[in-house]
Amino acid sequence: MNRKAQAVVLFLVGVAMLRAGCTDLYLRYVKAGLRPLLLASGGVLVVAAAATVWYELRGPKTPPDPDPEGGSHEHGGHAHREPRVSWLLVLPLFALILVAPPALGSYSAMHTGTALQRPWGFPDLPAKDPLPLSVADYAGRAVYDHGHSLRDRRIKITGFLALDRDGAPYLVRMALNCCAADAQPVKIGLTGRIPPVVQPDTWLEVTGTYTAKQTKDPLGGGPIPFIEVSRARPVATPRDPYDESWNG
Amino acid sequence: MATVKAAPPPADRRAADARQGADDRQGADDRRGGRLDSSLVLTMLLVLAVAAQGPVRRALSAPVMQSWMTVFVAVVVQALPFLVLGVLLSALIAVFVPPSFFARALPRRPALAVPVAGAAGAVLPGCECASVPVAGALVRRGVAPAAALAFLLSAPAINPIVLTATAVAFPGEPRMVLARFVASLLVACVMGWLWQRVGRADWLRPPARPAFDGHGKGAAFWGSVRHDVMHAGGFLVVGAMAAATLKAMVPARWLHTAADDPVVSILALAVLAVLLSICSEADAFVAASLSQFSLTARLTFLVVGPMIDLKLFAMQAGTFGRAFALRFAPATFTLAVLVSALVGAVLL
Repeated sequence: MNRKAQAVVLFLVGVAMLRAGCTDLYLRYVKAGLRPLLLASGGVLVVAAAATVWYELRGPKTPPDPDPEGGSHEHGGHAHREPRVSWLLVLPLFALILVAPPALGSYSAMHTGTALQRPWGFPDLPAKDPLPLSVADYAGRAVYDHGHSLRDRRIKITGFLALDRDGAPYLVRMALNCCAADAQPVKIGLTGRIPPVVQPDTWLEVTGTYTAKQTKDPLGGGPIPFIEVSRARPVATPRDPYDESWNG
Repeated sequence: MATVKAAPPPADRRAADARQGADDRQGADDRRGGRLDSSLVLTMLLVLAVAAQGPVRRALSAPVMQSWMTVFVAVVVQALPFLVLGVLLSALIAVFVPPSFFARALPRRPALAVPVAGAAGAVLPGCECASVPVAGALVRRGVAPAAALAFLLSAPAINPIVLTATAVAFPGEPRMVLARFVASLLVACVMGWLWQRVGRADWLRPPARPAFDGHGKGAAFWGSVRHDVMHAGGFLVVGAMAAATLKAMVPARWLHTAADDPVVSILALAVLAVLLSICSEADAFVAASLSQFSLTARLTFLVVGPMIDLKLFAMQAGTFGRAFALRFAPATFTLAVLVSALVGAVLL
């Protein structure tokens, strides 16, 4: 790859990072806290591309040394391998600009065991009705607090729908620590008035009540609590599809 | 790299410069028009990708392909800022810090310089992607390779950000932070001393680099940034593809059968750390969620991951040469597993 082509790739990668950081696109892949770093690195890449072009244009116009010594003996395909690896940088570029894959959904959720962990504590819940809770908060209280703080409350939870092999529905939210490579699902089983026709990966806002029913995730044996659904309505994908509150 | 006017190579860098010469020749070929002009190829590639985006998207719409791509893009997007940070630092070192500085800052005897450089890793905030280019720049600035390698291994594991994340992820186990710090620093120093004793200079092939001497400092700085981003970035993509493939393919089930046996569980998590290639700032949270494993096994996961994984192996091979990476990676892996088992037995 010559310098001009490198400048183009640097510029495009920089612009792709800036674009992902300026829109909510980056939230599909990394945690929200990385945004300033994304924007800064995108800016640096664009400046590096501009600097490359600038020095290329005003740089000394010496004709390149045809490299008299050792010009012939290394001319096999072997010697060109090193710079060629840079071509691979166009792959994430295409993936990010043209395809922009969606956030991890039901496929990953159903191939990974639930990652529910014992919460640090169970702070008092506000007196709202219905009470909005995150998937991990509900699951943590239902399993490790035996639903003490959840009884006699109407609860509202947002997550996406996933179906296991037998077609049983789960409400899932992926918990994310840094980037989608470490995202892990937290699952809640749905029982009661489940909508009759449901597509996996649909985002649902489920209103319901606590039930003591529990099951074990066949993958990993983690506990999956259930919720008695009274109402489920499809909602738009949230701005940040991942749950970042969990784990601090 | 067409117009780089290579400075007369010192004899010991002949091999590296021969590769650079190849690079220059490619540029010369571009000028003569005898070969494909890479700008033209790039333009054609971009146009083709835009024109064919419909079919490409349809082909990639299977769930397994989508989650592969999401993980692939996520690893690249997450690592790129840290790579850029490391590349900027490495360019600063290469252009503005004179070699005499390191000669004064580090003890003269390599045996002493190794622990000093290892402990200095604590000041580089960020994950492992930043430390590879910085270590490369240190070697080129005349720092003893043993010391630079100790820095390479310790920096991603013992900096304050990573240790804080570890403390947050293991709220009930403050000893985990201590164990991670001790084990990582120990492995880094032992690897440095090991390199000093048995390492051979010809394994370490500093990669081809354009010679930036004779240009202004600005040109040298941005030339170094451009070269390192393109180069290390390419290897980062290789590593991200491998990690995404394994994340999509490793069945969760075999992990759970491995958790019962103490020895097998340590090895299983060590291998998992290599395969998953998780950023060292996040790996503590993943380790915390592997709660069916013993603390020692999870410590192994935390010590091995920042030192050697698929992404790092690709980047090390790109920065220091394949002959180096093929020897360094297995040695690091073995030592990291042994030391973490030992430290875990004592501290946890």
